[in-house]
Amino acid sequence: MSEDIIALLKENVIQGRKTAEDEGIEDDLSGTPGVLELTQQALDQKIPTGRIISEGLTAGMEVVGEKFANKEYFIPDMLASAEAVGAAMDILKPYLEASQTQARGKFAIATVKGDIHDIGKNIVAILLKGAGFQVDDLGIDVPTEKIVEFVKEEKPDYLGLSALLTTTMLAMKEVIDALATHGVRDQVKVLIGGAAVSEDYAREIGADAYCVDGFDAIRVLESLRS
Amino acid sequence: MPREGILIEKPYQRLSDGQIELIHKTSLEILENPGIICFNAEAAELFSNKGAQVKSIQTDGPPCWHLSIPAKLVNEALQSSPKTVVLGARKEENVLIMKGDEARVFFITGSEANIWLDVDFQTYVRKGDSSREVVLPEFLPRRGMLADLCESARVSEHLETLDGFIRNVNIQDKDITEDNKDVNKYFASLNNMTKHFMSGLTNPKRLDDVARMASIVVGGDEALKKNPLISFITCLIKSPLQMVDDTTDTFMAICRKGFPTVVSSSPQAGSSAPMKEDGILSQINAEVLAGITLGQIVNPGCPTIYGSVPVRARLDTLGDSYGAPETAQYNVDCAQLARFYKLPCYATAGVCDAKTPGQQSTVERLFSDILVTLSGPQYLHCAYGLLDCNSVFCLLQAVLDDAHFQMLKFFLKPAIVNNEEAEKTLKQIREVIETPQKLYIKHMRPMIRSGRISQSYPFEGNGDSDEVFHLAYERMKELAARPVEHIDRETTQKLYKEIPGLLPRLNVY
Ligand code: B12
Repeated sequence: MSEDIIALLKENVIQGRKTAEDEGIEDDLSGTPGVLELTQQALDQKIPTGRIISEGLTAGMEVVGEKFANKEYFIPDMLASAEAVGAAMDILKPYLEASQTQARGKFAIATVKGDIHDIGKNIVAILLKGAGFQVDDLGIDVPTEKIVEFVKEEKPDYLGLSALLTTTMLAMKEVIDALATHGVRDQVKVLIGGAAVSEDYAREIGADAYCVDGFDAIRVLESLRS
Repeated sequence: MPREGILIEKPYQRLSDGQIELIHKTSLEILENPGIICFNAEAAELFSNKGAQVKSIQTDGPPCWHLSIPAKLVNEALQSSPKTVVLGARKEENVLIMKGDEARVFFITGSEANIWLDVDFQTYVRKGDSSREVVLPEFLPRRGMLADLCESARVSEHLETLDGFIRNVNIQDKDITEDNKDVNKYFASLNNMTKHFMSGLTNPKRLDDVARMASIVVGGDEALKKNPLISFITCLIKSPLQMVDDTTDTFMAICRKGFPTVVSSSPQAGSSAPMKEDGILSQINAEVLAGITLGQIVNPGCPTIYGSVPVRARLDTLGDSYGAPETAQYNVDCAQLARFYKLPCYATAGVCDAKTPGQQSTVERLFSDILVTLSGPQYLHCAYGLLDCNSVFCLLQAVLDDAHFQMLKFFLKPAIVNNEEAEKTLKQIREVIETPQKLYIKHMRPMIRSGRISQSYPFEGNGDSDEVFHLAYERMKELAARPVEHIDRETTQKLYKEIPGLLPRLNVY
């Protein structure tokens, strides 16, 4: 029975079906349980959270990643799956804490002061959540002080900064400098992204990495962890 | 005589009158419900005073209000919004007169590319046979600078098909700051060409200085009113349906000063707007109408331009896909919507996804250039020289684009068919048929001289190989070396005295 649920969970991640209302890719599957309902069922049956995550959610996301790489899937498909997994992780969170299974890390993300572009930032947030990170989205036009305060209080492992304008990218340096002034620069890895910035700029301002997109961010995060 | 642009006699339209009415009606319904989320306190209050339903929204973030805008308010704005907008220029022959009910098109540069693409020609020798060599262009990206903007303006002055200039290079010199960026980009552009100049403002605090600059250049505030040398583009709307705080402030300040302003919205079908054609249209139309309504509340009769920059999402990155046929469809539709309101339209064409000049860039840009031009918007941002979704500017590409627009303009000349011509035709045919060779060649000669025959593609090589890039590059160099009419010495001195922040290196005297 638990095999079935886990297999179904994986299949529904691949289909990108968050709830029973969603249709799925090839056939209309609406009415049958989606990732959220199946995760709840798995918990009810006391299947260990570690298994739900690794054999259901993560295994499903791996297939989605392959399909995306093969151009069989497009970004909207990828995001639907990531969103479903992210929602499942929210239900699993209290159990994870109880069983001391760790999320892959805490990731805070913000569009810096003066900048209101957020499509890219939102995509990155969804993908990272889908990849198993606990994501805190601080929003757009976020003042430097607010970011620093968050890092001090909430101690995220990673801080993602987004800027699309050549004028606002300067605020990224401000954030990094302010983290240092408050003595918390070493406590968090800073990743930057957005159309205005580059690898060179990341180096110039002392960020830990520049990411072209959300997938790049996942790769970078893996390499930072190992 | 102002610039003529090109009049489209029979504009191409995708939508029937009934469909346009339906989009209009849907947009009005959108403005009532769900309405607009407004992050600007003053705008919310102004809407409220005029009878819109305004409710404060409780969030953790910045303060914001929900606006439900009644159709009556929009209709009033559509009444008071000028149907003809004049965009001035330093030289009278470069003035643009845009009539909202006329399908006349002016071709304009656009955007604010961060990257400037230099071109360098290198000789490559064949491996194993050093006697065989080929010369190929190499495209080298770097950050755009003030000097590049000056060069772009100078060349633009001489590109015949180009009717106006939007700053196309984002100036990123070390000594350019948020504070001095506006005055320097306006001066660099105005000083290096005599066509109309439009830009966005980086820092609203410098609006007064920019306005003062234009006034000094044109010879006083009264002269500026008649001949507004400069105009603005503002993205006060963030799709879907949100009015942002800072740009809305800027927009209202510009409207109060009475400068022409584009109310531009740039939804992306698939992410920030529905992917369905009628969906993105209803939404962008609602967004632009909300902006125009605000402008007319702030200063009834101020010249606002219907600004549409709709684009389709790429499926692989959710970035913009300007090269997609749908993007051209949306722009054609918006031109039709603006004409329905009799408002001058700012539309977008020619933007490409390709990263360097070449086949992809040519196909993508020409495709939308032709189609959107045919729809007859007035002010067509047609991306001269822009590449990679407008993040890259290459002067060589701008020179290539000029040649494309020559062809397009030629094509759009009205057909000459009338009784007099019919007489001449009969005479010509009867005459030629009598000759032993039966050739019309001789009759071409007067036509060649009168401009009734299009010129051959200017970058066609003589030999077996293509020389397009090389020839266009030569032309680019030649145009860049041509003199331009700078602002005179005395006025320049006055500008340097009265406008703080102008960099000394822009002074040509
Ligand atoms: C859509 C858009 C807007 C929309 C924003 C809607 C929204 N909800 O975000 C609106 C219309 C509101 C807007 C406003 C403005 N914009 Co704008 N905008 C764009 C546009 C066309 C696309 C951006 C986008 O969403 N791309 C799609 C997403 C998926 O890509 P992305 O953001 O790059 O994100 C990806 C990666 O970069 C990366 N990434 C991004 N952030 C991060 C962060 C981390 C941590 C990581 C790991 C990765 C990562 O991953 C993402 C996913 O793949 C760009 C053009 C461009 N080439 O970027 C101009 C652009 C950025 N805008 C520009 C300008 C000038 C403006 C305005 C100033 C215009 C004006 N005069 O009013 C205002 C600025 C307002 C402000 N204060 O911020 C210029 C900037 C030039 C410059 N000076 O640097 C650009 C480059 C256009 C241009 N060429 O002229 N804009």
